[in-house]
Amino acid sequence: MICNLRKVGIVSSGLTKFAKTEVSVESLMISSIKPIFDNTKNLSQTDIDVVLTSTNANEKYLASIVSELAGISPKISHSVESLCNSGTNCIVSAFSYISSGLADVALVTGAEKSNSPGLVLNWDKSRGQYRHPIYWSSLFTSSHMRKHGTKMEDLAYVSAKNHRNALDNPYSYFDRSYSFEEVMRSKNLTDNVRLLDCSMPCDGAASILLASEDVIQKFTEDPVWITGIGQRTLSAGFARSKNLSSMYSTSLASQDAYRMSHSSPSTIDVAEVHDAFSICEIMALEDLKLVEPGKAAEFVKNLHDTNNKKINPRGGLLGTGHPLGATGIAQTIESYQQLQGTAGKRQVEKAKTALIHNMSAAATSSTVLILQS
Amino acid sequence: MSRFEEELKNNNFVCSECSKCQKIVWPPSEYCNKCFSGVTWRQVSRNAILLEYSYENGECFCLAELEGQIRLVGKILEPNKLEIGQKLVLEKCDYDGSEKFIFKTIE
Ligand SMILES: [Zn+2]
Repeated sequence: MICNLRKVGIVSSGLTKFAKTEVSVESLMISSIKPIFDNTKNLSQTDIDVVLTSTNANEKYLASIVSELAGISPKISHSVESLCNSGTNCIVSAFSYISSGLADVALVTGAEKSNSPGLVLNWDKSRGQYRHPIYWSSLFTSSHMRKHGTKMEDLAYVSAKNHRNALDNPYSYFDRSYSFEEVMRSKNLTDNVRLLDCSMPCDGAASILLASEDVIQKFTEDPVWITGIGQRTLSAGFARSKNLSSMYSTSLASQDAYRMSHSSPSTIDVAEVHDAFSICEIMALEDLKLVEPGKAAEFVKNLHDTNNKKINPRGGLLGTGHPLGATGIAQTIESYQQLQGTAGKRQVEKAKTALIHNMSAAATSSTVLILQS
Repeated sequence: MSRFEEELKNNNFVCSECSKCQKIVWPPSEYCNKCFSGVTWRQVSRNAILLEYSYENGECFCLAELEGQIRLVGKILEPNKLEIGQKLVLEKCDYDGSEKFIFKTIE
C-alpha cells in the first residue's frame, strides 16, 4: 500500500522547560520554535511550507496565529487535536504532506497548559461518575495483576526508573527524583494507583522541523529519518476495550510501523513509551512486543537495577510531566537526539533505531513512529 | 438535558437501538453505526456481568456489561467475594451533570 513516498527526515527541534506558568499556549509554542531558527543553518521563514499546531486548548486559528508570530506565510496551516497523542498525530500529518510532494518543509509545534480541557473526555458516557483517567488506569492495573501477577512493587520500579532518568533531562517538570521506597509510600488514589504512579499535567511546548529528502541537505548533514508509522483508533469510549490487560490499538499500530520500516522489536535500540500511568509502560512493552506478555515487570526492574536507559531515557511522562499536545513531539525529539548521539547523560550507546509510542484515552487510539539514523 | 440523561434521572436506563437491524448503539446516537438507519429508545435489561473492579477509599468501582454489549463504569454497593464474570444488577442510575451507575451483587 505504501509506495513511492518521498523520505521525510527530522532537521532540528526545540523545547521549553515543562513547568506551571502563566504563559499562553501560543507563547509557549513560539518559545519552542525559537531554538529551531537559532540553530538551523540556512533556514528562513520562507522555506517553511507547512505549520501545524498540536494542542487540546480551545484556541481558534492557532496555526495561523503561530505562523504570524513566527513571520511565516505557510501554504498549509491547521491544528491537530487527538487528546494525548495529538503530538505524534500532528507529525504524521506533516509527514504526509511532505512525502506526498505537497510540501518540502514542515514546522510542527505542540503545547499544552496544565488545566487543559483534554484531561477528561466528557463525551464518554460509559465512564459514569468515574471520568478521571485514574479510574481506567486502576481497572487496567487490576486486570494486569489478575492475568500476570503484577505487583505494586513492579509499578513502583517503573516510576522510580523514569523519575531517575528525568533528572538528566533539563526540560523535565521535576527537579528531584523519587526512589522506589518513596513511590511505594506515596498516597493511594485508588487501591492500586498511587500519586507517583500518575503523570503530572503541566505546561510545556515542543517543536520539530521536518523536511523532504530533496531539500534536507540544505539544513542539516545528519538527518534522522521517519521510517515507520502506525496509527489505530478502535473507539473513543473506554469501556469498549475487549481486554483490559493489554492495549490492542498499540499492538495494531506497532505492527504497521514495524512493517513500514522493515524493522522488528528486536531491532529497537531505544524507545519512548506512553507511561501516563506506571501500568501503561508495563502494558506498552508487552503490546509493542519488546518483551513477552507477562515479562515486562521483570524487564523494568532489571532496567531500574542496572540503570539501563533503553526505555524512556527522557524520563517518560511520569518523570518529565505530561503537557498533552507537546508530549508526542517531545518523545520524538528525545528519539531524534538519541539517534544523533546528542542525548548527553541520557544517551543509549550506538542507538540506530528508535520507537515512539503515544496513545490517548485508555489506549482507545495509539500512534507508533519508528526513526532511523 | 438529553432524553438519555432525563431517563437516567428517573432511574431508567434506556439505549438507542437500530430500528432496522436491531443493533444496540452505545453510547446513544441518532443513527445506527452499522447500517445508518434511524434508532428508537428502548429499556435495557438491568442484569449485568462483572468484568473488572478496583477500590477507591473503601468504595468499589467496576466495569460491568449489560446485554452483552453495553459497558459501564459504576459503583458496587456492598461488594463481597467478587469474582470476574459474576452477575450484578444495575440497582440505580442517576444524572447530576455526570452519569451515575450503581450496581449490586445478586444473592
Ligand atoms: Zn442498523
